[in-house]
Amino acid sequence: MTSELLVASLHLAAPELILAIGALALLMIGVFSSSKSAGGVSVLAVLLMLVSGAWILFAGADGQGFGGVFISDSFSRFLKIVALIGSITAIVMSMGERRSEHLNQFEFPVLLVLATLGILLMISANDLISAYLALELQSLALYVVAAINRDSVRSTEAGLKYFVLGALSSGMMLYGMSLVYGFTGHTGFEQIATALNAETRSIGLLFGLVFVLTGFAFKISAVPFHMWTPDVYEGAPTPVTAFFAAAPKVAAMAMLVRIAATAFEPVMADWRQIITFVAIASMLLGAFAAIGQRNIKRLMAYSSISHMGYALVGLAAGTQTGVSGVIIYMTIYMVMTLGTFACIMAMRRPDGEATENIDDLAGLSTTNPFMAVVMTALMFSLAGIPPLAGFFGKYFVFVAAIEAKLYALAIIGVLASVVGAYYYLRIVKLIWFDDAKGEFARISGTLRLVFGLAGLFVTAYVLIGGPLGSGAEAAATSFF
Amino acid sequence: MTDWPILSTVTFLPLVGVTLLLLMRDDTPSGRRNVLNIALITTIFTFVVSLFIWAGFDNANPGFQMVEKHEWLNTGIAYHVGVDGISMLFVILTTLLMPFCILASWIAIEKRIKDYMIAFLILETLMIGVFVSLDLVLFYVFFEGGLIPMFLIIGVWGGKDRVYASYKFFLYTLLGSVLMMLAIMAMYWQSGTTDISQLLNYKFPAGMQTWLWLAFFASFAVKMPMWPVHTWLPDAHVQAPTAGSVILAGILLKLGGYGMIRFSLSMFPLASDYFAPFVFALSVIAIIYTSLVALMQDDMKKLIAYSSVAHMGYVTMGIFAANTQGVQGALFQMISHGFVSGALFLCVGVVYDRLHTREIAAYGGLANNMPKYAVAFMVFTMANVGLPGTSGFIGEFLTLIGVFRANTWVALFAATGVILSAAYALWLYRRVVFGALDKDSLKAMLDLSPREQALLYPLIALTIFFGVYPAPIFDATAASVDLLVNNYTAALQAAQDVASLVK
Repeated sequence: MTSELLVASLHLAAPELILAIGALALLMIGVFSSSKSAGGVSVLAVLLMLVSGAWILFAGADGQGFGGVFISDSFSRFLKIVALIGSITAIVMSMGERRSEHLNQFEFPVLLVLATLGILLMISANDLISAYLALELQSLALYVVAAINRDSVRSTEAGLKYFVLGALSSGMMLYGMSLVYGFTGHTGFEQIATALNAETRSIGLLFGLVFVLTGFAFKISAVPFHMWTPDVYEGAPTPVTAFFAAAPKVAAMAMLVRIAATAFEPVMADWRQIITFVAIASMLLGAFAAIGQRNIKRLMAYSSISHMGYALVGLAAGTQTGVSGVIIYMTIYMVMTLGTFACIMAMRRPDGEATENIDDLAGLSTTNPFMAVVMTALMFSLAGIPPLAGFFGKYFVFVAAIEAKLYALAIIGVLASVVGAYYYLRIVKLIWFDDAKGEFARISGTLRLVFGLAGLFVTAYVLIGGPLGSGAEAAATSFF
Repeated sequence: MTDWPILSTVTFLPLVGVTLLLLMRDDTPSGRRNVLNIALITTIFTFVVSLFIWAGFDNANPGFQMVEKHEWLNTGIAYHVGVDGISMLFVILTTLLMPFCILASWIAIEKRIKDYMIAFLILETLMIGVFVSLDLVLFYVFFEGGLIPMFLIIGVWGGKDRVYASYKFFLYTLLGSVLMMLAIMAMYWQSGTTDISQLLNYKFPAGMQTWLWLAFFASFAVKMPMWPVHTWLPDAHVQAPTAGSVILAGILLKLGGYGMIRFSLSMFPLASDYFAPFVFALSVIAIIYTSLVALMQDDMKKLIAYSSVAHMGYVTMGIFAANTQGVQGALFQMISHGFVSGALFLCVGVVYDRLHTREIAAYGGLANNMPKYAVAFMVFTMANVGLPGTSGFIGEFLTLIGVFRANTWVALFAATGVILSAAYALWLYRRVVFGALDKDSLKAMLDLSPREQALLYPLIALTIFFGVYPAPIFDATAASVDLLVNNYTAALQAAQDVASLVK
C-alpha cells in the first residue's frame, strides 16, 4: 500500500482512530491518576465520542479504505451518528448511577469506548474479516461490562451466559464466513456479490449464508436465537443493559443490512425466506412472552426481541424503501429504549434500593407526573400508536413490506403489534389507573434530562421527523 | 374568505388550552375553578371559530374547500386538510359537543381535574383532525391517536370495571384499525399517492377493491360499532364518565360512519355494491337484535348504548343503499344521533350525580319532584324513538326510504326497529320518570340546577329545530352527496359496460 493510499484510508477512518487512540489514553489516565473513580474518565470518554461524532458530521467523506475492507458512505455515517448518540447517552446515564450500581471503576467508561469503537467499525465493515474483527472487539468489551459488578451473582451469571452464547454465535458466524469464502473465493462484500452473479449459487454457499445469518440473529437477539436476552438484560447492571439495548443492536442491524444488501444481494430470494421467518417468529414470541413478565427489564428484553422482528420486516422487503425503513426504525427504537431505561433507572425506592418490579410503578401519575407522562408516551410509542414516533417506525417498515408484496408478513406483523400493545398498556394502566403504593427517591438531573428528551422526541416526531426521514432515505441510496 | 388557515386553527386551538392548563395547579378550590374555566372558554371559543367554517362554506361547491397543503415528513405524506359537505358538519358537531362535555364534568369529576381536561382537549384536536384530513396517513394518525386520551379517560375516571372496559375498547379498536393501515399502504403503492382528493378519482381494480374494502370495513365496523363487533361499546359506555359517554356516542361512533362514506363508498364502489347485501344483513340484525337486548337492560347507560348500536344500524344501511336519500339520511342520522344520544347520556348523568347509581330499578316517579328534568328527558326520548317533529325522525325516515329503493325486504325488517325502539325507550322513560315517588332516596332529589339547564335546554332547541327545519343541514351536504352518488353509479355503470362488452 502506498503512503498516499494509507493517508487517505486513515483520513476516512479518523472517527475510529480518535476513539482507538483516545481509549488507550484514557486507560493510561485511569491507571496513573490518583483517584480510581470513573467520574473524570467518563467525562473524557463522552468528549472523545463527541469529537468523533463531530468529525463524522462535518468532515465525513465517501470512499473505501485499507484495500476495500473499510467503507464510509452516507449509510454508515448516518448510523454511526445514531450509535454514538446511543453510547454517549448510556455513559451519561451511568455517570449519575455509578455508585449505586457498582460501576465506579475507571475501566467501565474505557470498555464502553472500546465497544463503541467496535460498533463504528461494524457499521463500516465491508469485508467478512473486518466485519468479524469489529464484531469481536465490540463483543469482548461487552462481555466484561456485563459482569462488571463482580459482587453480584446475577451480574456474573449474565456475563458468563452472554460470553458462552456470544462465543457460540461468533463461532457459527465464522464457520459460515469460511464456507462463503470457500464457495465464492472472496471475502470482500462486492467481490462476493460479483462472484455470486457470475455463477449459479451452490448448496455450500447456502449453508454458509444460513450460518452467517444465525450469527447475526444471535447478536440482534432475534428468535430462535434470543434465549440469552432476558437473562442478560435482567442480570446486568441497568446502565449496562441500557447500553446493550441501544447502540450494539443498531450496529448489528446495520452490518446485517450491509451484508444482505451488498454481498448476498444476488441470492436475495434465499435470505429473504430466512429473514421473513425470523421476523415473524420474533414479533410473535416477543409479543406473547412479554405478557407474563413482572420484571420490567425482562419485559423490555422481550420488547426488544419483537422490535428487532419489526425492523427485520423492512430488511425482508429488500428494497430501498425497506432499508430506509430499517434505519428509521432502529433510530426511533434506540431513542425509545434509552428513554425507557432512563425511567427504569429512576425506579429507586427512597432508601436507595433499585426496584425492577413493574408493580412499583403503580400510581406514578400522582407521585411523579412528569415521569408518568414521559413513560406513558414511551409505552404508547413502543406499542406503535400514532401520533407518536413508534408508529412512524412501524409505518415505514410495513410500507416496504407491502411494496414487496409480503402480505402475510405484514398482516402477522400488525396483528402481533396488537398483542404487544396489551403489555405496554398494562404499564400505562399501573401508572394511571392504580393507586400509589409508595414514592420513588429523587431522580437525578441527568436521568430526567435523558427521559425528558426521549419523551420530547417521540411526541414531537410529527414535527421533526422530516429531516430524519430524508436522511434515512439518502442513507439507503448507498445500496441501490 | 381570506387565506387564513381556518381549519388548522380550529383543529389545534384546543392545544392552546392544553398549554395554558399545563401552567395551572388544580389542588386548590380556586385552582380547580381556573382549570374548569380555561377548559370551558377554550372549547366555546373553538366552537365559535368553527362557526366561521360553516359561514364561509360554499354550499354549491361539491369539492373540498378551505384546503391547506404542506409537505410533511418528506416522504410523500402531506399535511393536507380541507372540508366538503360530508365532513364539514361533523367538525361543527365535535366543537359543539365539547363545551357540553366540559360542563357535564363540572362537579362529577372530583379527582385530577386538570389531567382530565387536558385529555379532553387533546381528544378534541384529534377528532377534528380526523374529519378535516385529506391525506390517508394523516387521517390514520388522528383516527388512532384518539385511542390514547379515550383509554385514559375511561380508565382513570371511569366506574368500577373501568380497567376491563378500557382495555377492551383499546384493543378492539386497534385490532380493527391495523388492517386498515395495511390497506392504506397497498393503496399508496397502487396509486402512488395518499392524497384523498386524488384517490377519490382513482379507479382501483375490482379484485383489489374487495380486499381494501374488507380491511377498511374491519376498522369502521368496530368503530361504528356494528353487530357482532359491538360488544366493546356497552362496556365502554357504562364505565366511562358521563362526558366520556357523550363523546363516545356523539363523535367517536361517527368516525366509523364518516369513514364508510368517505372511503368505502367513494373509493371502492364495486366492492361496496358487492358487499351491500352483507352490510344490509348485519344492519338489520343490529337493529332488531340490539333493540331486543336494550329492552332487557337494568342499567340506564347500557340501554342507551345498545340503542346507539341499533341507530347506527340505520346509518350503515342508509350508506350502503348508496342513493341520495340513503346517504343524506345516514349523514343526518349521525348528526342528530350525535346530540340526541349525547343528551340522553347527559340526562343519565344528571340523576347519576345525585344518586350514584344507574340501576333503572332504583328510580321511579321523578316527574313529581323533577318536572324540568322530566320534560327534557321526554324530548330526547321521543327524538330517540324517532317521533316526527324531532330530529331523530328525519334521519330514520330518509334512510328507510333509501333502503326501500334498494331492497324492500331490508326496509321492512328495519322498520320494525322503529317499533322496538319505541318500546325500550318509552319503557325506560316510564320506569324512571312516571309512577309513584315512593323511594325515600329519591324524595330529596332536586330539579335541574342552572348548570344542568344550560346543558340540556340548548340541545332541546337543536333537536326540535332540526326536526322541524332540517334544511340547513341538507343544504350543506346536498352537493357533495350528489357528486358522490353520481360517481358511484357511474363507476357501477362503467363496470357493467365492460362486463357486457366481454360477453
